Amino acid sequence: MQMQIEMKHGAGGAATEALINSIFAQYFQNETLSRMEDGAVLPELTGSPVLTTDSFVVTPLFFPGGDIGRLSVCGTVNDLACMGARPLYLTAGFILEEGLELATLERVVQSLAATAQEAGVQIVAGDTKVVERRHAEVGTVTKENLGTGSTNLPSPGLFINTTGLGVRPAACRIGASQIKPGDRILVSGTLGDHHGCILATRLGLQTSLKSDCAPLNKLVAALLAAGIKIHTLRDMTRGGLATVANEVAAASGCKIIIEEDKVPVRAGVTSLCGLLGLEPYTMGNEGKLLIAVPADQAEAALHIIQAQPYGREAALVGTAHSGSGVFLQTALGGLRNLPPLRGEGLPRIC
Amino acid sequence: MQTKLLVEYLKNYRGRPLKLMEVCGTHTAALYRSGLRNLLPAGIKLLSGPGCPVCVTPTAYIDKLVALSLQPGTCVLSFGDMLAVPGSKASLLSARAQGGHCDFFYQPEDVLARAAREPETTFVLAAVGFETTAPVWAALAATVLAQGLTNIKFLTALKTMPQVLDELCRTADIDGFLCPGHVAVITGSESFRPLAERYHKPMVVAGFTPELLAAALCRLVRAASQNEAGLWNEYSTFVKPEGNAKAQALLRQVFAPGPASWRGLMVLPASGLYLQGPYAKLDAGSHGLDADQIPAGCSCGAVLTGQLTSRECPLFGTACTPSHPVGACMVSSEGSCRIVYEEQG
Repeated sequence: MQMQIEMKHGAGGAATEALINSIFAQYFQNETLSRMEDGAVLPELTGSPVLTTDSFVVTPLFFPGGDIGRLSVCGTVNDLACMGARPLYLTAGFILEEGLELATLERVVQSLAATAQEAGVQIVAGDTKVVERRHAEVGTVTKENLGTGSTNLPSPGLFINTTGLGVRPAACRIGASQIKPGDRILVSGTLGDHHGCILATRLGLQTSLKSDCAPLNKLVAALLAAGIKIHTLRDMTRGGLATVANEVAAASGCKIIIEEDKVPVRAGVTSLCGLLGLEPYTMGNEGKLLIAVPADQAEAALHIIQAQPYGREAALVGTAHSGSGVFLQTALGGLRNLPPLRGEGLPRIC
Repeated sequence: MQTKLLVEYLKNYRGRPLKLMEVCGTHTAALYRSGLRNLLPAGIKLLSGPGCPVCVTPTAYIDKLVALSLQPGTCVLSFGDMLAVPGSKASLLSARAQGGHCDFFYQPEDVLARAAREPETTFVLAAVGFETTAPVWAALAATVLAQGLTNIKFLTALKTMPQVLDELCRTADIDGFLCPGHVAVITGSESFRPLAERYHKPMVVAGFTPELLAAALCRLVRAASQNEAGLWNEYSTFVKPEGNAKAQALLRQVFAPGPASWRGLMVLPASGLYLQGPYAKLDAGSHGLDADQIPAGCSCGAVLTGQLTSRECPLFGTACTPSHPVGACMVSSEGSCRIVYEEQG
């Protein structure tokens, strides 16, 4: 068996079929997919269908705490969960570069399948394309071959698109514009772990940082099952807490004040921020939610989240007020503007 | 607890109105992040000085980088902040959009691996900074020379603090200075004493955490309010009176002082560092980049010398914003205008 991806694997012929059978079919087993039709015929849905899509181009492909496969499930599942939807189905499209090691692909597919299983979603359709090799160092990123800049990131050799379908009750109104003055703002855990981990990996720094990449649909389901009236839910991916808080504050027409000393940040992330002049508030996460709930349910919501495996370090970090903008109440007692991320940030973080 | 008391002292200060300057851009950023700035009463005015290397870079230097990036076979490498600084016609980013070659780095020494990998490309490093960063450039230049690498060059805009502080003491009406802690790690706290004595000003070497900043600011406010001159080191964990002798020796070995152009200020004699002796052949043409074509209305110079606050610049927040910077002070995350813009929206 060939050990690397070649152009023929994307041609739709015998090589494509062999690739599907040897890798994809082995890990993505379910009734819908095994029919090998051109499209997935799904059972009738109850509730409003919610559809989302996301593409994943992270460099490097594997990092402490996750990999592009796990990320591609978590990103899409979390987008659905943030709409109050129960994620049900995913499609997975792979774009591979010739020269990619089959073993690398298999590791990614295996991780994607395991994460889908953890999240309780089925992969019901997929696609594979192969493109010409563009860079010398496909699939490996080391300190030596990487200047960390935006234009010289070597191609990882593998990209994934996932589309997710979920359902939510027709009456559900969760959305970015639903925050009311008086609402409490929670975060589901420490900030900046994914961003810090990717950055440290690219810089070749030895740290204990791990990506927080995780499916959060069960955490959200627990809140909804307990009758918590969630107003707004957002996953704090690129741009982090500051960017997401600004988006939802603007959409809701209110002001948000975050208390600096309540925001959970790991010591390793704080150190990395100090070293590079970054702030955890604008660093991306892949398994952290911003949640706005009515004040009288805030404590209950916090306990429910903290009882979940991916929410143990959740905290109440802020409050919504009438007005506009996002502000940080600093540990010294000062109040300052907390602007969204401007510019490029860190390229290819997810 | 002690920090709380210090903050209370600052908040309740009702003595004579003071104009104080934090010289270092990292201090400007840290004062903003700590929220300390917003706690100060009207009687304490904090001005941001010329201590952000990006902010004090004249347009001639940017223009030279832009021209180099457009040369075939040449790639300019710089700190990220530098890419967006407008020259007289273009920034490195806009040059890149026109096919120029430039990229950013976190660690200048990354260039060694890259230059070995791409021997046909000449890499020009935009070597900016003060005494803090200069030893890093010196060490890199020494490595490049020792290894006989021919495809790494330096375009330097390295500057030193004493001359510009002297200029500010002489011309600007400032009651006291927070001295740059990182610079002092290299130069030693005593390097500021002659200025404090000659101009009878209080000078406090400060650290960067909220606690250290509060302590240094209290010391400065107390001394300034009582017209007490002198030098205090409130960052003594890292700053020794004599500084880092090894780094100083390296600087003397690799660089020689020369005149340098400060954006919006002027050419100050002996305020720049230039590759000298055997290292001079690594220079990509750094001498004489003095021209500073400030766009109409841009008041970077007045802001950097404390004559105007950022808000008093006619372009602030209208023609000049972080998305469309006119002056360098609006670009860097340590630029005074950028910080004021983000702080107050």
